[in-house]
Amino acid sequence: MDTIFSAKAWATVWQYRATFLNGLLNTLESAVVGLVIAMIIGFAIGLMATSGKRWMQVVARVYVEFFQNTPLILQVCFLYYALAYSGVRITVVVIGFVSLGLYHGAYVGEVVRAGIQSIPAGQFDAARSQGFGYAETMRAIILPQTVKIILPPMVNQVVALIKNTSCLYIIGGADLIATTYNFVTGESTGGAYGPAYLVGGLLFFLVCYPLSMMAGRWERRLKERDRQVVTAIEEQEGGDAA
Amino acid sequence: MSDFMNELRGSIGILRNPDVMGYLLKGLLFTLGISIIAILFSLLIGAVLALVRNYCTRGPARALRKIASIYIELFRNTPLMLWMFVCFVMCPAPSFSKDFAKLLGFSSTVAVKTLFKATVALTLFTSAIMAEIIRGGLNSVAKGQFEAAYSQGFGTFRTMTLIVLPQAFRNIIPTLLSQMITTIKDSSYMSSLVTVELMGCTKLIISKANTYNGTWVDRFNRGTINVTDVFVLFGFAFIVYFAINFTLSCVVRRMRTRKRA
Repeated sequence: MDTIFSAKAWATVWQYRATFLNGLLNTLESAVVGLVIAMIIGFAIGLMATSGKRWMQVVARVYVEFFQNTPLILQVCFLYYALAYSGVRITVVVIGFVSLGLYHGAYVGEVVRAGIQSIPAGQFDAARSQGFGYAETMRAIILPQTVKIILPPMVNQVVALIKNTSCLYIIGGADLIATTYNFVTGESTGGAYGPAYLVGGLLFFLVCYPLSMMAGRWERRLKERDRQVVTAIEEQEGGDAA
Repeated sequence: MSDFMNELRGSIGILRNPDVMGYLLKGLLFTLGISIIAILFSLLIGAVLALVRNYCTRGPARALRKIASIYIELFRNTPLMLWMFVCFVMCPAPSFSKDFAKLLGFSSTVAVKTLFKATVALTLFTSAIMAEIIRGGLNSVAKGQFEAAYSQGFGTFRTMTLIVLPQAFRNIIPTLLSQMITTIKDSSYMSSLVTVELMGCTKLIISKANTYNGTWVDRFNRGTINVTDVFVLFGFAFIVYFAINFTLSCVVRRMRTRKRA
């Protein structure tokens, strides 16, 4: 703890500032690619879960339950060891992309499902009565309406994804946490625990905090608007009765 | 093909080994024990944080509110892995006796200290999430409840502990249970510091799989770790985590649908 006031330790951190920035970039890279994979899987899972076709719903359910009920670290390690011992050469970075994408795909899937299910059935009926097919209905009518419901939890998923890149440390990744840890335990740079962890944590915080603030504010505004709608309807009903 | 069958038989043999199975089940007990301890303590800390953040809105108490807010936002926006490492270096730990270490199945007291620090990290991290869950519960208690309690002559402390908190907790029981799932999963982060819980134990057994899967001949031919070992051992861990968490999530779902009906 006392290293936090040591000028020498801070100087070492400053000298190796590129290392920290590099770690942050790796974390963001994993998060962005992971997010893209998670979105693709998530929308597929969400659409399957609301398709009304039994076998598709079962597949979506099994996928979500499996990935949500087992630790990400276990999934990451399994992928890493299984590939390593079967002689497949894939870099740790790619394993990170895939495992983050698969894990968060389950969560995104649940968000998408909840979004689609929140749309009144009348919208589906109206679209069909106008001759829209399934794909058209989803693309033009349903999904655009889900955006505002989906957005806050989706941003929370992004925050979770950024934080979860730290799991890649366990397989020797180069994310921000692994970089920070290697820095404080490194032979030439070791010892500057206080400043290094402070900087590593601060970088995470600077990225995640604005995102979670934004999500929180959207969510509150959404609830506020719902309440206003409900009050307006109640007032109108009261007025009609009178 | 028969090679594969032999390897698979060897891998399953690892799980049949009573020593290995006992070791893994002990890991499971640690996973559950650590998670329950972390949940209980973070409930306590989280409740304090939530009450402070929600109700210390006047006078000098606002400074406390600021601190609670900073704590919550700080831990919610940084990864658990960071706190594992920070606590490993900076968290003070009491000195444990050798007997206590032996009771937990450790050969040294150093590992007990690390376990303590890792549990502190998990608890501190979970407390911030818990605080936000409890705050949601507090906000769901109707304003009239406070007024009714005050009008009956209850002070702030008794209003909170006897009237508001019990109702708040009843409203958030499903969310608390799903946080239990998250905490059981999060306890696997400990495997980066100390090998006690299921994840760490599984990894350790895999790294020694060549001594258990029947390929070990002598000290010159130390056998190999096969990919089937990875599948069988991690598969076992997957099944155990899944069985516990899926059961919990079914309970949560049933509670939620019953509440809605």
